Amino acid sequence: MSKTLFDKVWDSHVVKHIENGPDVLFIDRHLVHEVTSPVAFLGLKNRGIKVLYPERTFATADHNTPTRNQHLPVKDPLSANQLRALEENANAHNIPYWGLGHKKNGIVHVIGPEHGITVPGATIVCGDSHTSTHGAFGAIAFGIGTSEVEMVLSTQCIMQPKPKSLRINVSGELSEAVTPKDVALFIISKLSTSGATGYFVEYAGDVFKNMSMEGRMTVCNLSIEMGARGGMIAPDEKTFDYIKGREYTPEGQDWDAAMEYWKTLLSDDDAEFDKEVTFDASEIEPMITFGTNPGMGMGISNNIPLAESIDGAAATYKKSLDYMDYNEGEPMVGKPIDFVFLGSCTNGRIEDFRAFASIIKGRKKADNVTAWLVPGSHKVEEAIKEEGILDILTEAGFELREPGCSACLAMNDDKVPAGKYAVSTSNRNFEGRQGPGARTLLASPLVAAAAAVTGKVTDPRELMHEEILA
Amino acid sequence: MAYDKFNILTSSAVPLPIENVDTDQIIPARFLKATERKGFGDNLFRDWRYNSDGTPKEQFVLNNPIYSGKILVGGKNFGSGSSREHAAWAVYDYGFRCVVSSFFADIFRNNCLNIGVLPVQVSAEFLDKILKAIEADPKTELEINLPEQKITILATGESESFDINDYKKDNMLNGFDDIDYLLNIQDDIEKYAENTPL
Repeated sequence: MSKTLFDKVWDSHVVKHIENGPDVLFIDRHLVHEVTSPVAFLGLKNRGIKVLYPERTFATADHNTPTRNQHLPVKDPLSANQLRALEENANAHNIPYWGLGHKKNGIVHVIGPEHGITVPGATIVCGDSHTSTHGAFGAIAFGIGTSEVEMVLSTQCIMQPKPKSLRINVSGELSEAVTPKDVALFIISKLSTSGATGYFVEYAGDVFKNMSMEGRMTVCNLSIEMGARGGMIAPDEKTFDYIKGREYTPEGQDWDAAMEYWKTLLSDDDAEFDKEVTFDASEIEPMITFGTNPGMGMGISNNIPLAESIDGAAATYKKSLDYMDYNEGEPMVGKPIDFVFLGSCTNGRIEDFRAFASIIKGRKKADNVTAWLVPGSHKVEEAIKEEGILDILTEAGFELREPGCSACLAMNDDKVPAGKYAVSTSNRNFEGRQGPGARTLLASPLVAAAAAVTGKVTDPRELMHEEILA
Repeated sequence: MAYDKFNILTSSAVPLPIENVDTDQIIPARFLKATERKGFGDNLFRDWRYNSDGTPKEQFVLNNPIYSGKILVGGKNFGSGSSREHAAWAVYDYGFRCVVSSFFADIFRNNCLNIGVLPVQVSAEFLDKILKAIEADPKTELEINLPEQKITILATGESESFDINDYKKDNMLNGFDDIDYLLNIQDDIEKYAENTPL
């Protein structure tokens, strides 16, 4: 019987199927961080059991870590306590721990691929919904709750019914200044934040084929924001080139054997999907959100949609615009902003810093803007320095911080104050996400850069054209 | 972690007819710093429930004494966003044992089932009926019958059936969790792992 890419990977990991119930799914690799793991480790302690396969488990600190002075003790006692707990738990169970200051430290979804923990055909979980990022490599990767973290630590399995399949095709050529982030925000704006709930997505079409691995990670990362458990892209030469020679990828004969298997990881021509949607790449322009969920996005040159044109509860829509202090029908371009955040597991990779630098090069940070530029990992930080991007940032009046999740969820000190506006390359614009009362505009690194130098929402194409004229 | 068994729950309900209630509203990230599962109920809907100085926002439903009960009735796409189980813990620790909505986000639904909160998905029409019944009488009671998979508005007798898979239903009825199950089939798991290279 013909199978989808998702079927192939899922079915090969089923240890046991329960009739009218979930599958027992084997997990190849488990990523652990400080926030969603302590109660799970406590569960193991209470049951008197150890981690079954520590060699399949990797721990890092990222969610609540400071982005300055990481060599000093963490000031917030609750954060410090959580970090200490993770280190103790990792040591007690022989799990590799890449804590603060470790050269491999960084955001869990950035370091997984960097070190070859992420490989095609694997099942990967983490107590974090953006685990979907790893699907860029043709892995089944998704976020789990703490009870499930405990299950994976103790038995290397979780129990879930197999989700339905959704293929999202985007074909054609992307227009100028349209990045992978824009493609994802566009899809979410069309499907809504619940449009893919119950499904696992496969992204197909030229747009994803032509995308870099970093770009694919950005797209798969945002699968959860359309409600999908995860999203994946069939591995190809680009994928294999990316992972080859990394610390945890197979070598020699093992590599050859793996490659033989990996090359079978694509949906069969006649595979059937439960649902399929298709978009034309030329319809997509640089995107920006204007509301309080990632589905409330639009092309940057548009006006905020009228409540009457919205499918859904008008009261919820108005509540959202009230929170943002925006009115329906207004343009977004020109709206003043206060903060810019470049970083997160969505857009904290080297390609994102290159894009940001391409706009700010030769310009200056706007005086009214506070900018937090936070690399996704130390490896990204190193590349920023090596490629000369740090010089461009410094020259333009920006400061580079140390890696972590930072202002994406504002568990550390990087909080946007109440009522202030932040153009953010992260993944969620929920009320208070970046700090109590903070207002978030989600966008690509190019849009963030344009806002950072002009102090207001700006179409990056304007600045790019200015350059050409100059 | 073991939780109380769920069989038939009869209770008044708290209405929250807002769509896309995300997990950052249910429990903001800054309250995720605990290393034990304690006190999350106090911060349930923290920023909708309290002003920044800690005083209650009177207009928020949890601060309105006319509404109470063990059932939370939410709008469409309840629990979207992060995988934080803390959101489900906050719902449970506050005292809710059941959330009713016309649509749930996936991970939140799973987390609820894993800790003993029953997510009951009803049609948009039935959700509307429930909300109207509560509006007419805040003390109106709902009956959630898990064995029969049926939700009833007691005042009107209107009811609807809801879905849950047999395995999870059995778990909820008996207060079992998945780890008990998995530990029992550890031999199968180890056999599988032997044939699965890293």
